[in-house]
Amino acid sequence: MRLGVMISMTIVFIGGCFYWYRHSSETANYSKFTGVPDFVHSASGIWHGILTLRGRAIIQAGIVLLIATPVVRVLFSMIGFLLERDWLYTAISLLVLSVIIASALTGHAG
Amino acid sequence: MTIAVLTLIVLAGSYLAGLLGSLTGLGGGVVIIPLLTLLLNVNIHYAIGASLISVIATSSGSAVAYVKEGITNIRLGMFLEIATTIGAMVGAMLALHIQTSVIAVIFGVILIFSAVMSLKPKKEQVNEVKSQWAEKLKLNSSYPVNNETINYGVQNVGGGFLMMLFAGIISGLLGIGSGALKVVAMDGIMRIPFKVSTTTSNFMIGVTAAASAVVYLQRGYIDPGLSMPVVIGVLFGALTGSKILVHTQSSRWIRWVFAVIVTFLAVQMIYNGWNHKI
Repeated sequence: MRLGVMISMTIVFIGGCFYWYRHSSETANYSKFTGVPDFVHSASGIWHGILTLRGRAIIQAGIVLLIATPVVRVLFSMIGFLLERDWLYTAISLLVLSVIIASALTGHAG
Repeated sequence: MTIAVLTLIVLAGSYLAGLLGSLTGLGGGVVIIPLLTLLLNVNIHYAIGASLISVIATSSGSAVAYVKEGITNIRLGMFLEIATTIGAMVGAMLALHIQTSVIAVIFGVILIFSAVMSLKPKKEQVNEVKSQWAEKLKLNSSYPVNNETINYGVQNVGGGFLMMLFAGIISGLLGIGSGALKVVAMDGIMRIPFKVSTTTSNFMIGVTAAASAVVYLQRGYIDPGLSMPVVIGVLFGALTGSKILVHTQSSRWIRWVFAVIVTFLAVQMIYNGWNHKI
């Protein structure tokens, strides 16, 4: 899991360099909440942004990877329980995963 | 100010937050959010989003070592994660609809609570009573100390579960790790040995934060330009902090100084929230 953190942090750092190179002299404006730029708000936008070397897209990709790290850890734990034939905890891990997926799906609605 | 200046200030501040957070066990989130909102006038939603990401980074890194040593109670953590993730999801949803000034006040209150808890003397306890539910859920376990193995039992599973639900909601709403609340649940309510509750709490924090982070991500609360210096700064600060901890014993005066600073920030947050300045 530490590997996941290291990889995602490296990606964030690389993205940060690109972002700095292009935007460092602009004025920062975080006092009002206006969401995030469209190109980092969708998976396709991020992918396209990475290909065109847009720093913020690379950073966001690293962040998504970072968020995925503990989720993958739960998945591995579930597989571990399955191999131990601990059905109760396989089910419990699956429940935790479902809650996270549900959380991801409902994030858009409302 | 320019993005360059802001990024550098945030980087430095996050490093400090991560350092102090790991030395005192309070976590970086509690300092980052007041720093961003009070000092740099950043909207609290962006601040919470960035803090949440840093929470995932620091918890994922440190949890591994204790699992290897056999101190973390993985089953207990997984079982309680049901409560924390549901809570985190609810907390993130609430954050979308509650006024930011209310969030600021709640933040201040929780902050003061965490500061007070960090100063309480920690007593080691080993409780051998095994509750029925703990048996059914295979939660009772043991952990190694020097060369012996100490068995312990888990009590009050239902109460612990409910408290974890609350801890999850707070984590999702405020973008912090809620370590203090989790330890209250495990140490105070479920009567688990202190070492096990802190390491297991650490183990759970990342997953809890991830559950609310996915909501924030889709709502555009996580800004890459701001999150980048926060997460890098906090992670390096925490790494430095843990290295220092290995070499020296955690001294009381650092905890006191930090607790005072944090309380001061908390009062500021409550004041600003109350007057709708946040």
